[in-house]
Amino acid sequence: MELELRGITKRFGSLVANDSIDLSVAPGQVHALLGENGAGKTTLMNVLYGLLQPDEGEILLDGKPARFRSPKDAIAAGIGMVHQHFMLVPVFTVAENVTLGIEETDRVGLLDRRKTRRDVRELSQRYGLEIDPDALVENLPVGIQQRVEIVKALVRQATVLILDEPTAVLTPAETEDLFRIIKQLKDGGTSVVFISHKLREVQAIADTITVLRRGAVVGQRPPSATEEELASLMVGRNVQLRVSKEAARPDEVMLDVSGLTVADEFGRVWVNGISFQVRSGEILGVAGVQGNGQTELCEALMGLRPTIEGRVTLNGRDLTHATPARRLRAGLAYIPEDRREDGLISDFSVADNMVLDVYKQPPFASGINLNLGAIASNAAERVQEFDVRTSSPQAPVGTLSGGNQQKVILARELGREHKVLVASQPTRGLDVGSIEFVHRRIVEQRDHGVAVLIVSAELDEIYALADRIAVMYEGKITGFRPPTVPAEELGRLMAGGSDEVPSASASGAGTPGAGQ
Amino acid sequence: MSEQTPAPDPPPSQPSEPPTSSPGHQEPTGPASPEPEAALTEVAASSPDSAEGPPVGDGWSPTPQGGGGWAPGERARIIRDALMEGNSFVVTVLALVSALVVGGLLNAFSNRAVLHAWGNLFSAPGNAFSMAWDTAVGAYVEMFEGSIFNPHTVAALFQQASMGTAIHDGYLSAVFNPLSETCVQATPLILAGLAVALPYQAGMFNIGGQSQFIGGAILAAYFGYGINMPVVVHVVVCVIAGFVGGGVVGWVVGELKARTGAHEVIVTIMLNYVMQYLLAYLLSYHYLMQAPGDNLITPPIWGNAHLPLLFGSHLRINTAFLVALACAFGIWWLLSRTTTGFEFRAVGKNPNAARVAGINVERNWVLVMLIAGGLAGLAGSAVIQGTDFTLNYQSYGTYGIDAITVALLGRGRPLGVVWAGLLFGALHAGAPLMQSVTGTPVDMVEVLQAVVVLFVAAPPLIRAVFRLRGGGGVLQVLSRGWGA
Repeated sequence: MELELRGITKRFGSLVANDSIDLSVAPGQVHALLGENGAGKTTLMNVLYGLLQPDEGEILLDGKPARFRSPKDAIAAGIGMVHQHFMLVPVFTVAENVTLGIEETDRVGLLDRRKTRRDVRELSQRYGLEIDPDALVENLPVGIQQRVEIVKALVRQATVLILDEPTAVLTPAETEDLFRIIKQLKDGGTSVVFISHKLREVQAIADTITVLRRGAVVGQRPPSATEEELASLMVGRNVQLRVSKEAARPDEVMLDVSGLTVADEFGRVWVNGISFQVRSGEILGVAGVQGNGQTELCEALMGLRPTIEGRVTLNGRDLTHATPARRLRAGLAYIPEDRREDGLISDFSVADNMVLDVYKQPPFASGINLNLGAIASNAAERVQEFDVRTSSPQAPVGTLSGGNQQKVILARELGREHKVLVASQPTRGLDVGSIEFVHRRIVEQRDHGVAVLIVSAELDEIYALADRIAVMYEGKITGFRPPTVPAEELGRLMAGGSDEVPSASASGAGTPGAGQ
Repeated sequence: MSEQTPAPDPPPSQPSEPPTSSPGHQEPTGPASPEPEAALTEVAASSPDSAEGPPVGDGWSPTPQGGGGWAPGERARIIRDALMEGNSFVVTVLALVSALVVGGLLNAFSNRAVLHAWGNLFSAPGNAFSMAWDTAVGAYVEMFEGSIFNPHTVAALFQQASMGTAIHDGYLSAVFNPLSETCVQATPLILAGLAVALPYQAGMFNIGGQSQFIGGAILAAYFGYGINMPVVVHVVVCVIAGFVGGGVVGWVVGELKARTGAHEVIVTIMLNYVMQYLLAYLLSYHYLMQAPGDNLITPPIWGNAHLPLLFGSHLRINTAFLVALACAFGIWWLLSRTTTGFEFRAVGKNPNAARVAGINVERNWVLVMLIAGGLAGLAGSAVIQGTDFTLNYQSYGTYGIDAITVALLGRGRPLGVVWAGLLFGALHAGAPLMQSVTGTPVDMVEVLQAVVVLFVAAPPLIRAVFRLRGGGGVLQVLSRGWGA
């Protein structure tokens, strides 16, 4: 089926989210939509999927105009969508999830489970999806859950499949699998619309790349276009994709973690006897698939979770059982993984958020009294220094965009006296331009002699920043590698592959690649 | 991460403009922003949930955005918008007006004479309407005369003056008696209201005003009649005892929450019963607190423990009112000007982020509940030492529940609590006169209170009734955290 969008315009009040967008997707083609957050990709797809009605323009299917009043119409016309956040019932089996909403019943009125199971199995075989129809969705890894979503669309006879940021939640290996599946779908005649802001992936999978910026199509390129070209189209200016940095000059050990074990309140061990060191002037990148204990590691380092075993010292000072306040005073700066939950108080002003962990110290307080003047002038200064875009330093921080919220956190944490910076997923959800800014600041910190620990699920980020890479799997470090290590090797370690050189991990941090 | 809400970057403006000039104002901030001039109010109203989605003019781009000063007349337009959008103050006032209307209707249609007149609607249509109007308005007039100002008392005063005799003190006092009564009634409401408002700011819901009130009243009464002390000392000791008595009850709540995670709503409700029966027990035995005789009442407190009257013996207004105002100011200062208050508010708005920032969340819970309990305890001391001078098994009245409605109407802010306390105090003060003159039952006051709170707690209702635009905003926050 040939799909064509002609002059689609969608306004929200005075905002033009989509400005007369033309797009055509040929049968059996993978069409990538590339754009920053807020460029209008999702709005366009919601229009196509019947969730939003366009103000102008039309949708053509095989040359005939079509009108989708709801997703029901879109599904009937053969359009399927896999949302970024899956729409699955965790306690149902795969087959039950697939059949949900289109349940078929036998003559007595009972659910025809056998047919659904057969359908799932058949589709799974045809496209190499490898799904067990009887598995409970909650027990499946994210990558497989995504396949369930794809099967859901295919069962509903989708000939155009929209994938909204499908790789955001996947490991590199899972991404490979997804690409394999997409190729098989393509060969079977299904068209795929692939939404992403990751250049490399788009180049790897797309037949045509359409770039959106500020709600309008700014260009169409073949996948052979260079990364730089695509990035500058997307952002509207030249972007440095990889921050330039000089070789690290590691100095003395700042953060020394040995045998750290952390468990949650139910006694489940998340971090299992981890040892590593971070020297001042170097960046240690912790790679790994989400949920392998990285979050708990950071929380334990900040004193937000009790340490069961092991030792943490900062510049020789024992912090193993210190309160968060003591750790902050000792010189830990922290960029939490979930900035809205742990990093900011949305209802507080930008100014208040900028002193969230120093409000007790002069000049912001004298005795019990807050010095509102000092807080305001500090905010004005930092807003300028970090180029935070806000209507006023007194505006609630929740009204800022994600990138600007992250800048507020950076401004606060880096503005304090600190020796170690712990940054967990520092660029999650940010677009290319913002990532550049954050990365530059982090490298700057390193060059000023701060010991930096970066935890990221994005391999690109690890490669861009780390002077040394540690890979975490199920609460343990499966290996340390230099940043020149190939991605396959990291992928192997991330999947739990053990270290071929046992001495490297046994001797803990520091030894491999410390001098690079 | 893709955009959750469709909010493209705003169109680029002339690059020559400086980037610093009010970017948030010029740039669209949310998906629902219908007009650019609504942007300012939208910034405040848009929910934090959408923070990830709509970029407030994404500041990463080097292209300067925004710019342009405020167009002439812009300020006026913003004010008009604020009114039309229905900010929290406007909504509160409208809620009061609505409550008065509903109360009036209720009054008119529950009056037997009026109902009878409606029965004769076709023979005498004017009669029914005028009687309904008279009934509704009459009740409010009497309430006003009983709580604020009664023209008859002034007439009496002038009559006395014209007769040439010296103006008797009593006549002057009669003029101010309604206001004095309003303040007297408002005092415990303000104090107990603060005991709800402070924890509210720290993310807790204190239903335990009653138990803390009883705790304070018990100690204040015990020190009041049990020990005879010198003039100034005695009253001060009793007031402090009241604070301590309430504070202990509040502290138990905070400590339980901090150590065991017990929810403060459950604990405070249960403690209400505990304290209620503890009081009854104490009042049941002569060797405990019962006065000689069979009544569940303590002996009267010593005269030295009475709170000093402010304007002579004819008016009941006493220093407790000043204590209440001082407490309101103190809480305001604590919350907005001190590091302790900063911690309270941070813990209330986002305990996770507060913990990450090194704030000891549990310690703050305990401290907040301790202070709140003390405030409710002061309300108990105000009643015992200011007006009742003895403690009986029902002295706690409905202060615990009324405190919640006062805090709710005051939107959890100290100054708001003062106004709300005065308003409800006036309703209480005016009710007896209203009942004796017009026959409207005093329960009318309860109905009015309930309706006010209903409207205040449901801003969308008011917005719908008065066709205000907008949504979100500060008021909706009130319905949050009731069980959180």
